[in-house]
Amino acid sequence: MTHIPFTGQLINMCASLLLLIAFAMLSQRRVLSLVHLFAMQGLILAFSTTVVAYSSHQSHLYFSAGLTLVLKGIILPVILHKLVRRLDILWDVETLFNIPTIMLVGLALVVFAFNLAAPISHMAGTITRSTLGVAMASVLLSFLMMITRSKAVPQVVGFLAMENGLFFAATSATYGMPMVVELGIALDVLIAMFILGIFFFQIRVAFDSLDLKHMEQLKDD
Amino acid sequence: MKITDLLFQLVQNTVLLVAAPLLPGWISQCRAWLQNRNGAGVLQPYRMLLKLFHKDAVLADQASVLFRVMPYVLFSCMWLAVALVPVLVTGLPLAPAVDVIGLVGIFALARMFISLAAMDVGTAFGSMGARREMLVGFLAEPALLMVLFTASTISHSTSLTTIVETLAQQHFVLYPSMTFAAVAFVMVLLAENARIPVDNPATHLELTMIHEAMILEYSARHLALVEWAGALKMLAYMTLGIALFVPYGIAAPGDWSALPLAVVLLVLKLALAGAGLALIETLSAKMRIFRVPEFMGTAFLFAVLGLLTHFLLEAA
Amino acid sequence: MEILWVILFPLCGGIVMALFGKHRLAPELNSAMSLLTLISAGVLTWRVIEHGSFTALDEEFFVDAFNVFLVALTAFVGFTTSLFSRPYMRIEQHHGKLSANMLRLYYSMYQLFCFTMLLALLTNNMGILWVAMEAATLTTVLLVSLYRTPASLEAAWKYFILCGVGIAQALFGTILLYFAAERLLGANGTALLWTHLNQVKGQLEPTVLSLAFVFLLVGYGTKVGLAPLHNWLPDAHAEGPTPVSAVLSGLLLNVALYAVVRSKVLVDGALGTHFAGNLMMGFGLLSVVMAAFFLSRQKDVKRMFAYSSIEHMGLMTFAFGMGGAVATFAALLHMTVHCLTKSAIFFAVGHAAQKSGSQIMEQIRGLIKTSPTVGWGLSLGTLAILGMPPFGVFTSEFLILVTTMHTYPWITPVLLLALGVAFAAIFSRMQVMVFGETTGQRLPHPPALVPTFVHLGLVLMLGVYVPPYLAQWYHQAAALIG
Repeated sequence: MTHIPFTGQLINMCASLLLLIAFAMLSQRRVLSLVHLFAMQGLILAFSTTVVAYSSHQSHLYFSAGLTLVLKGIILPVILHKLVRRLDILWDVETLFNIPTIMLVGLALVVFAFNLAAPISHMAGTITRSTLGVAMASVLLSFLMMITRSKAVPQVVGFLAMENGLFFAATSATYGMPMVVELGIALDVLIAMFILGIFFFQIRVAFDSLDLKHMEQLKDD
Repeated sequence: MKITDLLFQLVQNTVLLVAAPLLPGWISQCRAWLQNRNGAGVLQPYRMLLKLFHKDAVLADQASVLFRVMPYVLFSCMWLAVALVPVLVTGLPLAPAVDVIGLVGIFALARMFISLAAMDVGTAFGSMGARREMLVGFLAEPALLMVLFTASTISHSTSLTTIVETLAQQHFVLYPSMTFAAVAFVMVLLAENARIPVDNPATHLELTMIHEAMILEYSARHLALVEWAGALKMLAYMTLGIALFVPYGIAAPGDWSALPLAVVLLVLKLALAGAGLALIETLSAKMRIFRVPEFMGTAFLFAVLGLLTHFLLEAA
Repeated sequence: MEILWVILFPLCGGIVMALFGKHRLAPELNSAMSLLTLISAGVLTWRVIEHGSFTALDEEFFVDAFNVFLVALTAFVGFTTSLFSRPYMRIEQHHGKLSANMLRLYYSMYQLFCFTMLLALLTNNMGILWVAMEAATLTTVLLVSLYRTPASLEAAWKYFILCGVGIAQALFGTILLYFAAERLLGANGTALLWTHLNQVKGQLEPTVLSLAFVFLLVGYGTKVGLAPLHNWLPDAHAEGPTPVSAVLSGLLLNVALYAVVRSKVLVDGALGTHFAGNLMMGFGLLSVVMAAFFLSRQKDVKRMFAYSSIEHMGLMTFAFGMGGAVATFAALLHMTVHCLTKSAIFFAVGHAAQKSGSQIMEQIRGLIKTSPTVGWGLSLGTLAILGMPPFGVFTSEFLILVTTMHTYPWITPVLLLALGVAFAAIFSRMQVMVFGETTGQRLPHPPALVPTFVHLGLVLMLGVYVPPYLAQWYHQAAALIG
């Protein structure tokens, strides 16, 4: 137990906080709180990346930590917040049924992710290797969140949270992807955010609502 | 076993017994401050206990022995629970008597008695309260057990003394699993002590009350004991929480020089915990009774997650 | 250097069209940009014919036998589609379906889409491949919702979410791949370069690679339109403008499949088993069967051909999964001919739908009378896609079936049944659309069906004669893919 260095413990702590946030997102009904949770996720991600960078002496990770902080901790939440405000859904509450069931499914997913990640993390040489399971779990949980939501904004938050989980997986398994790729991914996410922002307005004009339950025109039965 | 240990145990138990009503008093005072009221002062529970002890007890005609015995059983259970949790020093004479699972058993025994007594008189409210208590209890107990198991797997023991010694007296380690466990524990604490958002101790609204519904038929010294037991239960839970999550400062066996610091820290921690509880109660709204299983389910989920994270992140 | 031109032209095109997209001659400008891309792709192809495969720019880009013909094909179809969209979009604007702003968006995104496709094909970096595929989703999602109707928004949203989620799985696969590679190649930037990975593929950790491939297949497979992740595909094809349907079917699906096959090569090398191939065969077969049965229930002509695309992509995935020189050769050929045929069909279908003012097949009647070129284009294209000899699709399907009969005889009846069902469904619908009674009106701009007939001509040629260098590429690529 005691041979995990303090930085490693800090990273594990961040990992479990991320998992906690993933579950909180799963059960959060209010749109605004979701955005706040997402921002928190970004900040924790940036912090843990900094710790990884410090402990592994990988200087390029400082850069990606900065990128994460700016993009996921500040820009994306601010854009989301503005969108939520402009769309006037600041106090929107989504009715979620059967939260305990969703949570139990989430728990099963966590066990699944941990099992799936176990053989891989044994192979990894990084000090963060044990967090790979958490990263995978948060990807799956965001996925679950997207499935259970019927409104556009929460779905998008789920999408972005999934990307966060993937980023965390990259840092924990391999100390981050090559810089070019990381930049490309960041660019993609940013563009996606803008496009989705445009989309929200278009959807609302066309459907008078951001509830995706109205979208059932296209079906093959 | 040294005589000083035994003596200390006796003194500690008496002091805690006498001081227990301060805790609910402090919490209500904090709530009052947070809600911009003056409040009745931290000594209000004592005044109430005094008043109740001076009154004549009224018993229902149909009340059986069980009904009369219950306050004493409840009171003893809670006092025992408080005595079992290491608060100032570890390794006291009573400590080996029971481990964490036994502690949960003591709480369960008290719960059983209070529910049976509530149904004993046969009033509608009593039975309803008992039913709701069971609804909360059957979900809260496994969650509490899971929290304790997390701590036990870390320290490889179910003895509270060993757990506290592992967590507090070895060098500092961050346990992510304990974060989850702490969240779950706070939720269980809220539910078990009949606080908002699960129950509201301040009102007797028939649609929402749980704990109050069960003790509606009690009066005078019986009610006083029940109230006092409630204060003890709160104290037991809080000291248990302190022992599990922030045990720093609890002195090692026989280390009497560390005792003053331990006392100061304990009072400080309890005061903070009470204030925190008041804050939670002020910020959250009472939830509908049908949402309580959801709430407790979440607590259980967090506790299980804590255990899982322990195996994944810390077992390496 | 040629590689850079191929990528830079469409990128500049995207910027130029964003600036001048409202100009009267914007459609011509769009075609000109695509022509420049096509020319540079031609130069690149010629260089590969002369000198063989090579890498460029710190090995970040590369061309080999597998991607060179896809680059040429992509640039070609990109160009012909821009030619087709010139009158098509003018008619749409004339009908009041599109504003000048929307057209500017369309041209700009069209060029950027071509850019992402070519980048995905030419990059040597598996990470950049992912970035390009994701960017392709982003560029096309706005194209699918171009009409801003509720149906098109729904289609675009579904497309975005499904492909977004799918492609996220692919990113996870890429991360795992990098994780396995980093241990062999070190943490410098080369650990994601395909050429490097290909050299050490035998030493890559098998457990990690098999897991990585599952994620990559699911991720890129969503974009290929493999069942059961195909839901977005018919909607996106039906609700977007027809040129977009043509490039989605013709280019995007191909490039996604290209990504899957690139991953398969690495996984096969690492595992030494038929694991990846089996997975692909399973998904492919499921897609073929599922698509064939959904085909027969469609009422919307573009939806029907979208399902036909799923069917053919499934067939290719199946063939790639089966492996072996002949099946892979056939799959590569099928990639080429399907791309050409399907985009040709969409060109014809687009004009047919404009003529009848509806995409519902019951309302499209007697094309052969009102506009014989559209009628002939549609009927010939349909015959080609259904695998009638002497078109190229026949050759490739025949080769795939023969190999199946040889290696997995029990699958052959399933494939034949599915192809038969698809044949019956499409053929009967096509007959009525082409030869039925009609009351159609003339189009305000003359339809441009030269691209259709050029495509079909090429497919016909590939049916009877495969140029030697193309055949050589196919053989080399087949040897590479195994």
